[in-house]
Amino acid sequence: MTDTQTSGAAPPAPDAAPGPRPRAGRVLRYLGGRLLTAAVSLAAVMVTSFFLFRILPGDPVAAMTEGREVSVEQMEALRREFGLDQPLWQQFLDYCARMLRFDLGVSYEFHRPVAELVAERIGPTVLLAGTGTLIAAALGLVLGTRAAWRRGSAGDRISSSVALLLWSVPSFWLGLLLIVLLASGTGWLPGLFPTGGMVSPGTTGALDTAVDVAHHMVLPVATMVAVVYAQYLMIMRSSVLDEMGADYLTTARAKGLRDDLVLRRHAVPNALLPTVTLIFLNLGRVFGGVILIETVFAWPGLGSLFYSGLKVPDLPLVQALFVIFAGAVIIMNLLADLVYPLLDPRVRT
Amino acid sequence: MTAPAASRRAVVRARRRAALRKYTRSYAENRAGLFGLAALALAVLVALAAPLFIPAEALSVTGAPGERFEPPDAEFPLGTDTYGRSVLDLVVWGARISLTVGFLAAAVSVALGTVIGVIAGHFGGLASNVLMRITDWFLVLPTLVMAIALAAVMERSTLTIIIAIGVTSWPSTARIVRAQTLSVEARPYIERARALGGGHLHVMLRHVLPNVMPVVIAQTTLLVAEAIVMESTLSFLGLGSPGAISWGGILQDARNSGAISSGMWWYMVPPGLAIALVALSFTLCGRALEGVFNPRLRERR
Repeated sequence: MTDTQTSGAAPPAPDAAPGPRPRAGRVLRYLGGRLLTAAVSLAAVMVTSFFLFRILPGDPVAAMTEGREVSVEQMEALRREFGLDQPLWQQFLDYCARMLRFDLGVSYEFHRPVAELVAERIGPTVLLAGTGTLIAAALGLVLGTRAAWRRGSAGDRISSSVALLLWSVPSFWLGLLLIVLLASGTGWLPGLFPTGGMVSPGTTGALDTAVDVAHHMVLPVATMVAVVYAQYLMIMRSSVLDEMGADYLTTARAKGLRDDLVLRRHAVPNALLPTVTLIFLNLGRVFGGVILIETVFAWPGLGSLFYSGLKVPDLPLVQALFVIFAGAVIIMNLLADLVYPLLDPRVRT
Repeated sequence: MTAPAASRRAVVRARRRAALRKYTRSYAENRAGLFGLAALALAVLVALAAPLFIPAEALSVTGAPGERFEPPDAEFPLGTDTYGRSVLDLVVWGARISLTVGFLAAAVSVALGTVIGVIAGHFGGLASNVLMRITDWFLVLPTLVMAIALAAVMERSTLTIIIAIGVTSWPSTARIVRAQTLSVEARPYIERARALGGGHLHVMLRHVLPNVMPVVIAQTTLLVAEAIVMESTLSFLGLGSPGAISWGGILQDARNSGAISSGMWWYMVPPGLAIALVALSFTLCGRALEGVFNPRLRERR
C-alpha cells in the first residue's frame, strides 16, 4: 500500500558527502526538497483540474438558464460574463492567474463566489471528517495494539476479522443500513436519529444547536469510523508486531517491568511512529469517504457540494473543490514529512 | 540440439510443478484463504449461470413480474424493487457486472503498474526518477475523488468505470513492482544474462517479469476487491452505465425510490451484503497469496 517514503523529492543522500556536513544545511536541503515537491504537486493538480473538467459534457450556460426563458443575446452575455467565449488557452491563463490570487471564480449554479460557498461548507466537513478520523484513529490504535500484544488469541482473531469485514463493506451502504435500522423508524426500532441534514429547522440557542448537531452527527460519524478504523487497526497491529522481537523489549522485561508497562512505555511509542505517518498519508481516502457519507446523509459539506456541482456541470466550483481536496492531501503529506524526522531520531541520521 | 533443449525444458517444467505443489500446500493451510476461494468460485458460477435461470423479461423495467415494493414471500424470496422486479434476480444478475468490472479494472491497473514499475526499476536514472515522481503524485491524490471526476467527465458506460478505476489505482502496484524489480536485478544471474548478451527486453521479460509475478498476482487479487467496492460506489453515485444492472445501481434505485427512508430492508440489504462478501473473499484470497509468496508475513498471522 502506501509506504512512508512516498512524496520524497530526491531524498538528500547523506552518505554521499564525505564527513559530516553542517546540520543546518542538511535540514534546509531536506525542507527545501519537500517544499518544492509539494509546490510542484500542487501546480500539477491545478493544471489537471482545469483540463479534466473541461471535458465534462453539457453546456454550462444551458444548465445555468434551465427552466427560464432566455434570448440568444442573454446566453451570449452569460458566456462573456464567465469568459466562456475566450479561446481555451486564454481561459487557462486567466484560471492560473486567478488561482494564484486565491480567487476561485464565481459558481455557475449559485451565482456566488466559490470562495464564499467553500467558506460556508468547509466547517461541517472539517467537523465530520475530523471527529470521524480522531475516533477512528484512537479506536484503531488501541484495538490494534491489543490485537498484536495478544497475537493469535481469540480476541485478536475476532477483532482482526471484524476489521477486515468492515473494510470490505462500502461506506455508503453501511450508512444506508444505519438509516434503515436507526433513523427511518419503520423497522423494529423507533427512529432514534435524524435521517440526514445537520441541524433541525427552528433550532435556536447555542446549547440547543450544539446538542442537535451532535445528534445529527452520530450516524455519519459512526459510518465513517466503522469503515476507516479497520485500516488503522491493521497498520498498528503489524507495526507493534514489528517491534515485538526487538531486543530492547527483552531488556525491558529483564529489568522486571510489568507487561503492560513494557507495552505502554517501550513498544507503543516506537510502533506509533509509522502508524501516525500512515494516518496522515491515508487522508486522501478519508476525503473520498466524506463525499459519499455527506451525500448519503445530506450533510451540508464540501463533499455533497462537489457531487452536486458535477451534475450541472459547475466548472469553477468543481475545479476549486478538486484543487482543495487534492491540495489538502498534499499539505498533509508535507506535514507528515516535516514532522516525521522530529518524532523519529532514526530518520535524522 | 533438440535433445538437450527438450531435457532442459523438462527440468524447468518439473521445477515449476514442484514449486506449484509447494505453493498449493502452503495456501491450503490458510483456512480463511480457502473460504475466500470457495466463496469466489460460487460467485463466479452463479454469475456465469445466471442467464440459464433468469429470463430476460424478468429484468425488464416495463414487463416486470411482480407489483412494486412487495415484501419477501414465496414467489419473491427477497421481495421486489421499485419496478416490480425480483430483488433476488437483480442481485444474481448484478454479480456479472460487478465481477467483470472488478477483474477488468484490476487488470488495467495491474498492467499499468507492472509496466511502469518494471521499467522504473530496470532502467534507473532519469527515467526511473520521472516515473516515480508521477507515481508519487498519483499516489497522493485522493483515488476516489479522481475516479469520480474521471467517471463524471466521460460517457456513462461500463468501460468508463473500468478506465476510471484502472487509471487511478495503479500507483501502489507500480511501487511494489519497482521494489521487487530492484531486488531481482541485484541477483547474480541477471549479471550473467547481461554478460551473455541479453538485451533490456530479454532481461525484463525473461528474468524480471517471472520473478515479479508472485507479488503481482497477490496484488491483483487485493485490487479486485477494491475495484468491486469502487464500482459499486461509482454506480451508486449514478456514474455507472444507465442500462446495466449492478449492485451499486440497485442501491441507487433503492435510495432514489425512497425505499431507504421507508425502511424496505429487503431492497437494500442483499446487494450490499453481496458486495461485502465478494470483496471480503478477494481480500482473504489476496492475503493468503501474500502469505504463500512471502513467508515472513505468514509467521505473523
